Amino acid sequence: MPLQNTEAAKNITLWTILLTFLKVGTFTFGGGYAMLPIIQREVVEKKRWIDPETFSDILIITQSMPGQIALNSSIQIGIRLRGTVGGLMAALGATLPSVLILIAIAAYFYPQFKDNIYVDAVFYGLRPAVVALILASAIKIGRQILQGWNGIILCMILLFAAIVTDIHPILILVIGGLAGLIVFKGKNNQ
Amino acid sequence: MITILLSLYWTFLKIGLFTIGGGYAMIPLMEAEIIVIQGWMSASEFLDVVAIAEATPGPVSVNAATFIGYRLAGVAGALTATLGVITPSLVLLLLLSKLLIRAIQDPRTESFLNGLRSALVALIFLASYSLGQSAVIDPPSALIFGALLIFSQLKSISPLYFIVAGAVLGLLLFPY
Repeated sequence: MPLQNTEAAKNITLWTILLTFLKVGTFTFGGGYAMLPIIQREVVEKKRWIDPETFSDILIITQSMPGQIALNSSIQIGIRLRGTVGGLMAALGATLPSVLILIAIAAYFYPQFKDNIYVDAVFYGLRPAVVALILASAIKIGRQILQGWNGIILCMILLFAAIVTDIHPILILVIGGLAGLIVFKGKNNQ
Repeated sequence: MITILLSLYWTFLKIGLFTIGGGYAMIPLMEAEIIVIQGWMSASEFLDVVAIAEATPGPVSVNAATFIGYRLAGVAGALTATLGVITPSLVLLLLLSKLLIRAIQDPRTESFLNGLRSALVALIFLASYSLGQSAVIDPPSALIFGALLIFSQLKSISPLYFIVAGAVLGLLLFPY
């Protein structure tokens, strides 16, 4: 899966790349996994910049690397269209709407409505909803990964270690990964 | 000011680097760094930020980084935190893409990632327990939590649904 290819021949301007990802960044709600179908519709189906096989290669890289899902896939699409500058344009397009909208909320709306009783009520309901959302995501990843005893035992040991010690979560992740090299050896292509 | 910007950048760089596979992988790291280590906000403020980040368009961690950065150091803080959280993506894809692709094609990477995901499950469970203590505080909030969790297991629902349902139920059940 080469990252760079010759689709630039289609003569897609940097401006078009920026505008396309600005649109994706402005109109998609619900985070990375919710943005993927929108990116796919825009870039694969409507504009035909990327073929479906290339898009699925992009997803494989996206899910196996650090960073945000929507951002990682946008940058890769930008790179394939117009190289490094194309990648930067896609990154700018995908993040700029977030930055502007969230600064506006943090600067104007949040301080203004913070002491309103109805806003309090909304957040009172949002907090348990967000915790349920986070827990549901752990259950979802758990279902995919904890299918054998080795995964379940590794998870239990790490959970125990995280509860009884003050180890930083990053260290727990690294220990888990290294243990995975032994525990999940030869159990690939899941 | 410079000190807070540097620590914002470094904190969000770490969060970006260890959010592997997207989604809520960032939650345990954000909780540890922002609430416990730096003490930048309380658990319930943090949950408010996640809810706002989820309810606004764009990637959730970019939204959270911008919001938290702004609260701590204004526009400069917002830009610095956002730059921190996207730096790993930019560096890996723009500068180290050959290395990245070779690493992903190595079969050991999948084993490593599976181990990392096992750790992630443990960490997210733990984070939801500790965050839950400042969110599930009385019978109505317990009802909202329980109902959404059960419903999400019966039916595949989008994150936005949780947000809309949480807001509506909050308005209805809040002990005014």
